Amino acid sequence: MDILYFAWVRERIGIPREQVETSAATVADLVAELRLREERYELAFSDLTALRVAVDQKLADFDAPLDGVREVAFFPPMTGG
Amino acid sequence: MRVVVQEQPFDIGAETTAFAAGHKEMGAIVTFTGIVRDLPDDPLQAMEIEHYPGMTEAALTEIAQIAIDRWTLGDALVIHRYGRLVPGEMIMMVATASKHRKDAFEAAEYLMDYLKSRAPFWKREITDIGESWVASKAEDEDALTRW
Repeated sequence: MDILYFAWVRERIGIPREQVETSAATVADLVAELRLREERYELAFSDLTALRVAVDQKLADFDAPLDGVREVAFFPPMTGG
Repeated sequence: MRVVVQEQPFDIGAETTAFAAGHKEMGAIVTFTGIVRDLPDDPLQAMEIEHYPGMTEAALTEIAQIAIDRWTLGDALVIHRYGRLVPGEMIMMVATASKHRKDAFEAAEYLMDYLKSRAPFWKREITDIGESWVASKAEDEDALTRW
């Protein structure tokens, strides 16, 4: 599965994207896995209310299922316009 | 409908003229343009806009299609830039075409409200003091509730 990071999430984790092997059932499970990896992930995911997630390029909730999903992106609230 | 995500500047006059020309049956064209605004206390050197290629185009297309259906628009245009911009530059524009002006105005406001907090763009301000990501505003989220 491809994981993408944008804005300050990308900066905290230090990379724009990576491929991970995971059996996480939901986005929340994936976040829990990532947080255990290294401190930079723990730092990036410490406050989920400050984060938004897209699953296969559509905005989703943290309880969204990951079955068959190819791409998950994490980012702060959007500031377009 | 036309949705464009590009780094280079756009010509608002040419875009508006081309948009209006295609719609003889539409009596109203509304356009909105967003400009990089300088900061009064801490002069802005530049604004950098990051986006999510692929999702950005899909999200803007979805928002524009909802506006077209809801206000029975003849057409809609969204242009949004990314990359490094300086104060005074145009960041984005929307245009809407409808038979009467009320629908075109409302649809343009709807497009702006939604693309502010539902299209995957992130702004970063670079000033003499330093650099920081622009935080989203609660009022931008609140703005969606009226639709």
